[in-house]
Amino acid sequence: MREEWRGFKGRIWTEDVNVRDFIQKNYTMYDGDESFLEAPTEATSKLWDRLQELQKEEREKGGVLECETEVISTLTSYGPGYIDESMKELEKVVGLQTDKPLKRAFMPYGGIKMAEQAASTYGYKVNDELVKIFSEYHKTHNQAVFDVYTPEMRRARHSHIITGLPDTYGRGRIVGDYRRVALYGIDFLIKMKKKDWLYCGDRNMSEEHLRLREEIADQIRALEGMKRMAQIYGFDISQPAKNAREAVQWLYFGYLAAIKTQNGAAMSVGRISTFLDIYINRDLEEGTLTESEAQELIDHLVLKFRMVKFARIPSYNELFSGDPVWVTLEMAGIGTDGRHMVTKNDYRFLHTLENMGPSPEPNLTVLWSSRLPENFKKYAAKISVNTSSIQYENDCVMRPVWGDDYSICCCVSATQTGKEIQFFGARANLAKCLNYALNGGIDLNTHEQVGPEIRPVTSEYLDYDEVMHKFNIMMSWLVELYVNTLNLIHYMHDKYYYEAAEMALIDTYTRRTFATGIAGFSHVVDSLCAIKYARVKTIRDEDGLIRDYEVEGDFPRYGNDDERADQIAIWLLKAFMKKVREHHTYRNSEPTTSILTITSNVVYGKATGATPDGRKAFTPFAPGANPSYGAEKNGLLASLNSVAKLPYDYALDGISNTQTISPDALGHDLEERKNTLWHILDGYFDQGAHHLNVNVFGVEKLRDCMEHPEKPEYANFTIRVSGYAVKFIDLTREQQLDVIARTEHKTL
Amino acid sequence: MPVGRIHSVETFGSVDGPGIRFLIFLQGCALRCRYCHNPDTWKTGAGAEITADELLDRAERYRSYWGKEGGITVSGGEPLLQLDFLTELFEKAKRRGINTCVDTAGQPFKLTEPFISGFRELCRVCDLFLVDIKHIDPVEHRRLTGADNENILQMLTFLSEAGKPVWIRHVLVPGITDDDAYLRRTKQFIDTLSNVKKIEVLPYHSLGVPKWDRLGLEYTLRDTAPPDAERIENAKRILGLTPRP
Repeated sequence: MREEWRGFKGRIWTEDVNVRDFIQKNYTMYDGDESFLEAPTEATSKLWDRLQELQKEEREKGGVLECETEVISTLTSYGPGYIDESMKELEKVVGLQTDKPLKRAFMPYGGIKMAEQAASTYGYKVNDELVKIFSEYHKTHNQAVFDVYTPEMRRARHSHIITGLPDTYGRGRIVGDYRRVALYGIDFLIKMKKKDWLYCGDRNMSEEHLRLREEIADQIRALEGMKRMAQIYGFDISQPAKNAREAVQWLYFGYLAAIKTQNGAAMSVGRISTFLDIYINRDLEEGTLTESEAQELIDHLVLKFRMVKFARIPSYNELFSGDPVWVTLEMAGIGTDGRHMVTKNDYRFLHTLENMGPSPEPNLTVLWSSRLPENFKKYAAKISVNTSSIQYENDCVMRPVWGDDYSICCCVSATQTGKEIQFFGARANLAKCLNYALNGGIDLNTHEQVGPEIRPVTSEYLDYDEVMHKFNIMMSWLVELYVNTLNLIHYMHDKYYYEAAEMALIDTYTRRTFATGIAGFSHVVDSLCAIKYARVKTIRDEDGLIRDYEVEGDFPRYGNDDERADQIAIWLLKAFMKKVREHHTYRNSEPTTSILTITSNVVYGKATGATPDGRKAFTPFAPGANPSYGAEKNGLLASLNSVAKLPYDYALDGISNTQTISPDALGHDLEERKNTLWHILDGYFDQGAHHLNVNVFGVEKLRDCMEHPEKPEYANFTIRVSGYAVKFIDLTREQQLDVIARTEHKTL
Repeated sequence: MPVGRIHSVETFGSVDGPGIRFLIFLQGCALRCRYCHNPDTWKTGAGAEITADELLDRAERYRSYWGKEGGITVSGGEPLLQLDFLTELFEKAKRRGINTCVDTAGQPFKLTEPFISGFRELCRVCDLFLVDIKHIDPVEHRRLTGADNENILQMLTFLSEAGKPVWIRHVLVPGITDDDAYLRRTKQFIDTLSNVKKIEVLPYHSLGVPKWDRLGLEYTLRDTAPPDAERIENAKRILGLTPRP
C-alpha cells in the first residue's frame, strides 16, 4: 500500500475510485459526549475577528465588499489570496476565490447581462472589452436559452407561474466528490478519467458519445488546472494527502475549484465530516496532531466556507435572500450495515458554531435517525437551542433511496456523492395554477392569456368537482411546459456552462436526477378544502375575472393532523409528481420534485392573486411544505404530523419544513430544552418526515433585531428559513416582517 | 361510561410533567384565582363532550414524540371535578401503556366518602401529581383564590402517605406569594412530605389578561408586574431549588 495510506484498511477503494468503501472500512464510531472538544486557538480567534471586521465592512458597503471587473474567474486567474496578508501564517487552510477576501469574482458564462448588472448594482463597471467578448464573440448560457425559449415559455416565466429558473446564472446543485482529491491525489484521478475517455464511445461516435468524450476531456483539463491552482499556494496535490492537514487542504482545493468556476445557486461541499475524521484519527493516534490542532483545522476550513461569495443581481436576492450559497455539509446518519456514522468530527463541525459563533454558512445538516447515539442527539439539540443554525434531515427515509454516502446538494435534496448529479429545477406556482384554472388561463396581474383557454368557472359559488376537473387540466398544461422549459435550460447549461471541475470529481457514467418543485402548496390544499367543506363565493372584477373569495363556514386546514385536509395535501403532491413522470426528461434523468421554496415564498406570493383559503392577493405564501400562517390550531406536533404524512417517495427532492419554537415552550432550562428538542426530532422523523429547520427564539428578539440591527449581538444572529440559514439582518425588511408574522401567530 | 367535558387540547406540552406531553384541559373550576390565565375554563357544564377512548386515540397520534418519559397530562380547569372521568381516562391510558399525570390545585379534595374512595382509585392509575400550592396561609389563600387551603394541604399529606410522586408548583406573584416568610412556611410544609420529586417556581405573567377582558371579567392584578430575576432566584433559594450562594 502507498505510504500516504498507511494504517488504512480495505482493498476495493485502493483499486478503484470508491470513497464510500474507504469510509466504511476505516471510520471510528463515537458514542461519547462533547467533553473532549477544544476551545478556539489564538490563531482561530484572530482570523475570525478579522473576518468579522471584513463582514462588517461588507454590510456597510451595502452588501458587497468588492467586485472584480477585469478578470474572468478561472482556476488560475489569481495569485494567492489570504484573509489577511499580515496573518497568512495563521491560516491552516488556504485558498480564496479571488485575490482578496470576500471579493466577488467575475463569472460571465451564465449570462453577461447578469454579470454586468451584478457589478453595476454595487457601483462597479465591468471592462467594456469583456462585455464585448461575451456579447459578440462568445455565447453565454443565458443567450442560448433565450434563443430557444418559445413565446409560451416566456409568458409563463414573465407571469411568474414558473419562476427562479436557472437561465441567467449557474444551476448549481452538483456536488463534486471533493474527498477524492485528498484520498487519491489528482494524478490518479486523471489516470482514471483518461481510461474512461479512451474507451468512451469506441466504434460508436454517436452524438451522445461525442458529447461525453468532450466532457471528459474538459474534466481532465479541469483536474490539471486544480493542480496548478494548488501550486499557486505552494502545494502539490498530484499525490494523495499524507496527513489530516493535507487532507483538509486537498479537499478544500477541490471545492475551491468548483466555486472559482461556477456560481451555482447552491454549491454544497457534501458529506466530508466522517471522511476527514479518519485522517484526524490517524494523526491523533500517531501523535502528530493534538485535539486542539484538529479543532483548529476544522475551524479554519469552516472559516473558508463562511467566505464563499458570488456576485448576484437584485432579483436573485429577492428570491434567495441574505446572500446564501448553500455550502451544505452533512454529518451523522446510519450506515447500511446498521452502524451509526457519528464521529468526533461531527462534534467538531457543530462546535465551530460555539468557537466562532452562529453562522448561516456552511449549511450544517444533521442526518437524523432515532438510532443515533443519545449523546450526539443532545449535543446537536443544544447547538440548535443556542444558535438556530443547523437543519435536520431524516436519514431513515433517504438511506433506502440514496444509500449511506449521499450528500445534500442544495438545501435539502440528496444525491449520491460522486455517483450522481441533480438538474436543479426551480419551482412551479401551483396557487397561480389554481387561479388560472378558475379564470380560463388568464393571469390576474396582466389579464394576459398565459395558460390554455379553457372554459372559466361561471358560477357564483365554487363547485369542488368542477374546480378539481379544471385544476387537473391546468396542472397538466403547467407541468408539461415546466418540464420542457427545464429540458432546454439544462441542455444549454451543459453546452455553454458545463461544470467541468465538479464533474471531474464524479463518476464518468453518472446517474442524473431531474428536480422540479412546487410553490404555494399549503394554499392550494387549504383552498381545495374550503371549496370542498365550506361554501366559497366568488368576487369578480370588471372583466368578470375571479379576483377574490368569500368563505362561508369553517373548513379543515392542512397543519392540524386532520385527515380531511392532509389527504388533499397527499393527493396534490402525488398528482403533480405523476404528471411530471409522464414527460421525457433531459439526458434520461430521473424526475423528482420538492416542496421547498427557500425565501422565494415571498416573491411568488407577491405575484399571485387571492386564493380561496382566505389568503389575500399579492401576499406571501407559506414557505416550503409549511402549513399556512394561522392555519395551525392544535399546536406544534399536530402541525408536524401533517407535514410528516407527505410521502417522501413522491418528493425525493425534499419536503422542507421550518418551525420556530420559543425557548420557554421547550423547557425551563437548557437541559430540558435540548431533551425536548431531540424527542421532537425523534417523533417527527420516526413517522417518515423528511426535513426540519429548527429555530429557537422569541418574537421579541426578532423585532428588536429588526429595529436595532447595529447592536453587536445581532451581527451573527442566524435564523433558519426554508432550506437554509441566513443572518436576520441580511433579510429585506419585507422578509423580516414575514418571518415575524409567522413567528408571532405561533406564540399567541 | 362517564363522558368528559374538555375545554381544549394542546399537542405539545413540555413543561407540564416529564418529557413531551399531550395536554388535556378539562372544563370547570371552582377556584377563582386572581391571576388565572385560563378563566375561560372556569364554567362547569360548558366545553365539548368526549369519551376517554376518543381522547386517547387523539393523544396517541403523538406517541412517537413521547420517548421514554412523555405521555399525557390532564389539566384544567380543575381535573378533580371530573374525578370519575379522569380515573377512567387514566385506567385506559395505563392499559395502553401511556404515562399519566394530573395537574391539580386540589380544591375538590375531601377525606370523606365518596370522594376519597374515588381518589384512591385515581392514585392507582396516576403516575404523577403536579400540585399547585397557591398560598400557604389560609387567609391569604382565600383572598387569592376564594377558597380554603386546608383540604389542599391534606391532599398533599395523603399523597405523601400513599407514596405517590408529586411535583410541587408555586406561582410567584409579587406582593402576594413572594414574601420571604410565606416562602419559608411553604418550604417547611414541603419538608413534611416524603414524596416530592421536584419543586417548580412559576413566575407570574399577565398573558391571560386578554381572556379576562374578553369574558368581561374584572382583572384585579393589573398593576402587578412579573417578578424580577432576583426575586425568582430568592424564591428558588428559599424553596431549596438552588443552593445558597
